[in-house]
Amino acid sequence: MQSLAKRDRIDMLLKIGRQWAIIFLVTELVFFSVMARGFLTLNAFQIIFFFGTAVFLMATAELYVIITGGIDLSVGYVMGLATIVSAKLIVAFSQSGMNSFLSILLGIIITLVIGLIPGMINGLLVSRLKVPPFIATFSMLGICHGISELLVSEKAAKNLPHLANAIGNGHFVYIVKDGGVSFFSRPEVARGVKVYEILPNVVVIAFVFIAVFAFILGRTKFGQHTYAIGGNKDAAIRSGIDVNWHLVKIYMLSSFLASLAGILYMLKYVTGKADAGASSLLDSIAAVVIGGASLYGGKGTVWRTILGGLIIAILETGLRIMGIPTFDKYIIVGVILVSAVLIDQFFPELTYKE
Amino acid sequence: MTKSSHVMIEESRVFRSIARNWALCFLLSFIVLFSLTGKGFLSVTNFQNIIHLSVIAILMASAETFVIINGGIDLSIGFIMGLSSVTAGKIIQIMSNSGNYSPVFSILIGISVALTISLLPGLLSGLLIAHFKVPPFIATLGMWGITNGIALKICKGFPVAMLPDSLTKIGNGYFFYIKPGDGISFFGLPEGVGNDQIREYFRLIPNSFIFLIVFLLILWHLLKNTKFGQHTYAIGGNQDAAIRSGINVKKHIVKIYVLSSFIAGIAGVFNIFQTGIGNFTPFGAMYELFAVAAVVIGGASLMGGKGRIIASVVGVFLIAVLENGLLISGVEPFYRFIAVGMLLILAVVIDELFPDLF
Amino acid sequence: MSYLIETKDITKRFGGLVAVDRMSFGVSEGEVVAILGDNGAGKSTLIKMISGVYPSDGGTIFYKGEEAKIHNPMHALAVGIETIYQDLALAENLNVYSNIFLGREKTKKKFGFISVLDHNYMHDESTKILKKLDIKIPSLKNNVRTLSGGQRQAVAISRSIYWNAKVLIMDEPTAALGVAQQKQVLDLVNSLKDHGLAIILISHQMRDVFEVADRIIVMRRGKKVGDLIKKETTTEEVVNLIVGSEMVS
Repeated sequence: MQSLAKRDRIDMLLKIGRQWAIIFLVTELVFFSVMARGFLTLNAFQIIFFFGTAVFLMATAELYVIITGGIDLSVGYVMGLATIVSAKLIVAFSQSGMNSFLSILLGIIITLVIGLIPGMINGLLVSRLKVPPFIATFSMLGICHGISELLVSEKAAKNLPHLANAIGNGHFVYIVKDGGVSFFSRPEVARGVKVYEILPNVVVIAFVFIAVFAFILGRTKFGQHTYAIGGNKDAAIRSGIDVNWHLVKIYMLSSFLASLAGILYMLKYVTGKADAGASSLLDSIAAVVIGGASLYGGKGTVWRTILGGLIIAILETGLRIMGIPTFDKYIIVGVILVSAVLIDQFFPELTYKE
Repeated sequence: MTKSSHVMIEESRVFRSIARNWALCFLLSFIVLFSLTGKGFLSVTNFQNIIHLSVIAILMASAETFVIINGGIDLSIGFIMGLSSVTAGKIIQIMSNSGNYSPVFSILIGISVALTISLLPGLLSGLLIAHFKVPPFIATLGMWGITNGIALKICKGFPVAMLPDSLTKIGNGYFFYIKPGDGISFFGLPEGVGNDQIREYFRLIPNSFIFLIVFLLILWHLLKNTKFGQHTYAIGGNQDAAIRSGINVKKHIVKIYVLSSFIAGIAGVFNIFQTGIGNFTPFGAMYELFAVAAVVIGGASLMGGKGRIIASVVGVFLIAVLENGLLISGVEPFYRFIAVGMLLILAVVIDELFPDLF
Repeated sequence: MSYLIETKDITKRFGGLVAVDRMSFGVSEGEVVAILGDNGAGKSTLIKMISGVYPSDGGTIFYKGEEAKIHNPMHALAVGIETIYQDLALAENLNVYSNIFLGREKTKKKFGFISVLDHNYMHDESTKILKKLDIKIPSLKNNVRTLSGGQRQAVAISRSIYWNAKVLIMDEPTAALGVAQQKQVLDLVNSLKDHGLAIILISHQMRDVFEVADRIIVMRRGKKVGDLIKKETTTEEVVNLIVGSEMVS
């Protein structure tokens, strides 16, 4: 009887420990709430998500690729390229007389379509030419960088219509204190009246896409096949899955999300920058690993990855509010990254297993 | 055997020779090409320049060569170099400006400390990878972040300046200074000659070149002629076989990452000699990625078990000559990224088609 | 007759699973003992303990009557226990003589103090041993990757013989070979018997077992369920022990 009770206790401990990532997240929140003034506010939380959109999108992209056993090093510069391409297109359209909204919409759509190309090339290289993903996507990184430089050297992308800025920095919901609610546009108020801004547009857009891709990964045949390829590529081939075509789609999906991240960046900062996404690459891979996916493929879910991304985003924002230079952030992220893998090593029962 | 099959074997051997050294062939072709398209490409000065500027890349590539042959990868070398450069710089700066120590002494101490410190990240990575089974990608990625953070903390985000002049004198100096008709002097301009007269002198063999040759010889010997090198290939080829043959694989893996980290440290020290400033590594530098590219172009496989130092050096020169040549020929910089990307892919495809070539 | 190599109550656990449960058996000089059992019976784990790849969780190994502490592959090799694994444990990216000398490379001193690999020595010694075992391989400088299955097997066996194996463990030696090559390997095993080696053979091929083995040990779920003398038993009895539930001492 006694040993049974002990076993129950261990099981419970394991169940709690399995959620170590969430525990860590909560600890972070508590820590920063105490140590950083102004952390525990609606504004601060929105900032976390606002600045983190690129990482969340790219982490989702990387997750898909990593589950199949590959990696995509090009997302950072695909994002940068997208900022430049979308900015230039929108400027071109609006200067040719098209109204702001249409130019922006058209610019975005065309950029998204163009953004599929790097992914398609990556996918073809990896699946047909059997180029290791590391090499293929590293080459694409360079190529996108080169093309970005070329486009930017012609003319800087200025004169974006105001609407772009409004969308990029706007929110879904505005609540006037003691007053009404307004959607999408900031209400005109008298001086000194407080307006609560809720749900930044870019965050909403990003999360709509992330939710869609989470659904695809978890509930559809496409997602199922993705896991299968990562688990045992040969078995997947022999069950009739068109692995080559699937891999192409995966990499296209990845560069699509990277382009989206670039477009959102452009809307936020109304500019195009070649290396806009360079620093997010590391964070997005770290997010995937911290979120419990294995670099060898076959495991991982979108929400866990977002959790990993949150841990990093909270860390960065918290440190910033505390006034600690971001140098330390690199150290801490590095330590967390390695710890995540070690925990997986030592306590395999703790990590999320499907 | 019939005569025709004799001929066939002869042909395939020639073909194989070329394919085996395709990178070298490309290199030579590029040199010829750019001599024609770019004024000033084919000159002693330009070539010495190319070599001088490639030294760091070669150091990085040779570090990466060992790690990749062993079956791993090291993403942290770029920032370890920055850490070493900044550490040495800080120490030299403090010591030489305090007035208590001679520049030479401060430089020596700075170098020693930096090199010692640069052993640590490799030790940590190696232990994580060998004993805790952390995938090399992650372990070195983590180390990437940690060393970068520490380096930035040391220099507070700014390059470390105010260092003795003797650094660049050595770093950018040459072995021979020849004035046609007037004689030779070694290591520096002759007594009494000012810098303004330097144009009259024919400078030959940068000091960095001598350093490079000695360095490469040592590494080449290590990889080709010693048990250490042999075991590196074995572990990369079949880790289980290596374990079962009694090789202490875990210890070896740690040694490899310490070696790679140490070489990155040497690169950092060299960097100080070359620029006269302690530099942290900026984000976009991607030294490690270019090092991996050079090693792969040189013929190594990311799976491990294959590769040669000289081949990686060829890989570095291929990229360097390509960049230099395109620059001199006035080509838009964006084409160079595409060119490197295509070279990489070519390297991998050749590896696919001729797996037993190297 | 005393055993050259013997295990007493040797045990191995992986987490909650007992892979090898107090196995006791021995092999004498010049004797071939075959270990049979279904998948998961513990055969591979058993020999990995004897060859030092796994540390044991209990029990002892005796060599020439004295306790032998075998905690890693080096110890086993030092004692004279050589193992030929199912996947041959050859480094495909290295050539034939490098594989024969893997882990035990010979060096010489150049200029009096620099230590370099002595390729000539290793090449010549390897040529000698291959000739002695009558194995034909065109060039020892070729990478193992270019050799056929039978040739690779031969290289693995030559490696063990060269290093004066006293105990030779063979894990599924003929599994990947064609008929003619299988016969070659079995002939080799018989000749090695004459040299006084103690040979432990793991195989699924009943015919091979009955051709070379002197004794047959059957394992089931980590335990020894049979220790038979080949001449006194039949294929049927052996198969029954592998799958059935009878205990025969």
